[in-house]
Amino acid sequence: MQPLRRLLWPRLGRSLFSPPLSDPAPAVPDAVVQALVERLEEAAQARLGRSLSIRQVDAGSCNGCELEINALGNVLYDLERFGLRFVASPRHADVLLVTGPLTRNMRQALERTAACTPEPKWVVAAGDCAVDGGIFQGSYAVEGGIGAALPVDLLIPGCPPTPTQLLEGLLALLAAQAPKAAARR
Amino acid sequence: MSDTEGRDGPDPEAPPPDGPSFAGRGALPEVPAPPSAAPAGAPPPPDGAVFALIRQGRAQDCRPHPRHLLDPGRWRAMAEALAAAPEVALLALWAEPGVVHACFLAEDQGRVIIASCPAAEGRYPALSPARPGAVRFERMVRDLWGLVAEGAVDLRPWLDHGRWPLVGPLAASPAANAAPAVPQPEFLTVEGEGVHQIPVGPVHAGIIEPGHFRFHVQGETVVRLEARLGYLHKGSIGLMLGKPAAVAARFAGRLSGDSTVAHAWAFAMAVEAALAVVPPPRALALRAVMAELERLHNHLNDWGFVCNDAAFAWLHARAGVLREGVLRAAALAFGHRLMMDRVIPGGVAEDPRPGGDAAIRAALAVVAAELPQLTAVYESHASLQDRVVGTGVVGAGLVARFAAGGYVGRASGRAFDARAVPGYAPYADVAVPVLAAGDVDARVRIRMAEIGESLRLVDALLDALPEGPLSVPLPQPAGEGRLVEGRLVEGLGLVEGFRGECLHWVAIDAGGLLRGVFPRDPSWLQWPLLEAAVEGNIVADFPLCNKSFNCSYSGVDL
Repeated sequence: MQPLRRLLWPRLGRSLFSPPLSDPAPAVPDAVVQALVERLEEAAQARLGRSLSIRQVDAGSCNGCELEINALGNVLYDLERFGLRFVASPRHADVLLVTGPLTRNMRQALERTAACTPEPKWVVAAGDCAVDGGIFQGSYAVEGGIGAALPVDLLIPGCPPTPTQLLEGLLALLAAQAPKAAARR
Repeated sequence: MSDTEGRDGPDPEAPPPDGPSFAGRGALPEVPAPPSAAPAGAPPPPDGAVFALIRQGRAQDCRPHPRHLLDPGRWRAMAEALAAAPEVALLALWAEPGVVHACFLAEDQGRVIIASCPAAEGRYPALSPARPGAVRFERMVRDLWGLVAEGAVDLRPWLDHGRWPLVGPLAASPAANAAPAVPQPEFLTVEGEGVHQIPVGPVHAGIIEPGHFRFHVQGETVVRLEARLGYLHKGSIGLMLGKPAAVAARFAGRLSGDSTVAHAWAFAMAVEAALAVVPPPRALALRAVMAELERLHNHLNDWGFVCNDAAFAWLHARAGVLREGVLRAAALAFGHRLMMDRVIPGGVAEDPRPGGDAAIRAALAVVAAELPQLTAVYESHASLQDRVVGTGVVGAGLVARFAAGGYVGRASGRAFDARAVPGYAPYADVAVPVLAAGDVDARVRIRMAEIGESLRLVDALLDALPEGPLSVPLPQPAGEGRLVEGRLVEGLGLVEGFRGECLHWVAIDAGGLLRGVFPRDPSWLQWPLLEAAVEGNIVADFPLCNKSFNCSYSGVDL
């Protein structure tokens, strides 16, 4: 034990109080960092950017639009192959897909859902009613289209829009949000 | 735990559900319920006490089912007689300015009648003490027409959330909404150790319609569920009033998009009855083809979704493929996947397009070919059966008291199907499957059986499609047909949609414009039973129960 202790303490002391042997880090040129960041972003956009999470909100629909939106998930349209998927919470969403004429009884719920959706977000109004209130315009219970409560980025008309029409609209959003990736292809 | 007398709770007198005796239910039910019409030649059986009382009222011009105007005293007597007449089902309760209407069905005789009562000073005797199904109708009548049911079980608002500019928007002279703030909703309470609440909605996690569900939960078990609907109220009735029947039909077809054919047909049937016009045989046959396609695509959809909610994705995927085939065939034949606006008052909008017949038959052949395999998979997977069998049971007593129609009724022993009783053209022989278990599995099995029956019906209808015109013109306003100055003509239509019977009542003036209308979705009498079905189940089984009912939100929110 005695020889061991003699060896250990001086070494420990030296390592504790002497500076490290490594050279200091070189200064990183900002231009290189910036270039790498851009390349990484581009690569991430190309590989991961073709994806949108969608939160659907029925703000007054007759449920015809919901039938067709649900059909997007069947194996024939297979929405998820495009990187599009429906999520359960607005907090996870990039897109609010809103249907129906905006009823007075749903306005607050829609506004709160939109407030929960992180920016940047798209708001899509799907169906003739969501566009401008459709045949329900002028009712005491209806405010009009979804635009009466939220700024709308995309309108998909139809009564109801077919799954193909819905898909066209959503794919357009994908293309719009990934201009670089789309341009390079 | 507190309960409110007579509320839409479980029926204390209901026989206990059939317990675990679910063995031997593998075979699909095939016993058709016999139509309870009297044999030809025999004198019709006499009315029961309630119908006899109603017929004492002054007869109104309503076809094909009569309407009688009762004075409040006689209405009150009728309400009391209802308590002792369980065979009389309340199908609907609605109003016009200053008068309420109630539609009844004598279940034993298949007769339908409407009773009306003037609401002097905005009041009428309530029916809810005798008929729990009246509760939500009475709340709706107060919200829309401002008429109060005296002695009602529940007078909380229903459709009116305090957000409209008007109070009683359909009353003769609606008042401005002067309330300073939107009121908080009141929910029925539950007391007990460890009870907590789970509020869900109106915006749900899935792609479904909005509504609020208030669960009271003890541990994992649901002690009470109360639904709060009305979020989708669009004011459809107000928009239909004052319009010609052909224009108003578009609203009937958008009451509940999944039942667009059934509602448009029931509305057209009411208009045609009021105007005494008979649509041509070809139109009736094409309506039935579309109605059965609608039944098929919805049954396939919901069967798949029930399995999906039990985490059995394969059946959901296959059912989705079959359903999409039906929708694409419908689009090819009728130019619209859901067949909206194809049924019009007087007939149908257009003939099937070239190749439509073949497309429908091809799509249905695929369904018929795959149905046995899907059925075998559904029945043989323990993980799936474990979730659906014995879950969400509704007793026969409750179903009878609420007169719930469709698969909700037929899975719990109530055989009513409007295609059989009172029946309507072109249906002649419809097999009506009936089960007793009343659980999620029974509701799914009723739908599986109805898929088979719809396949058979469509084939038979297409085989014997009559030639001839597609529609008859409706009488021109002022003088033609039954449109006589100073007179209102009324009609009642009853059409079996996939969910149950759709009931439409209309009153038309001499100008051919709607002066009164009420579209009643079958969900009115099914929603309250969902609350009973969920009681005692775990929260995680609620989606399964809910999907097995699949009540319409928009249909009852009007």
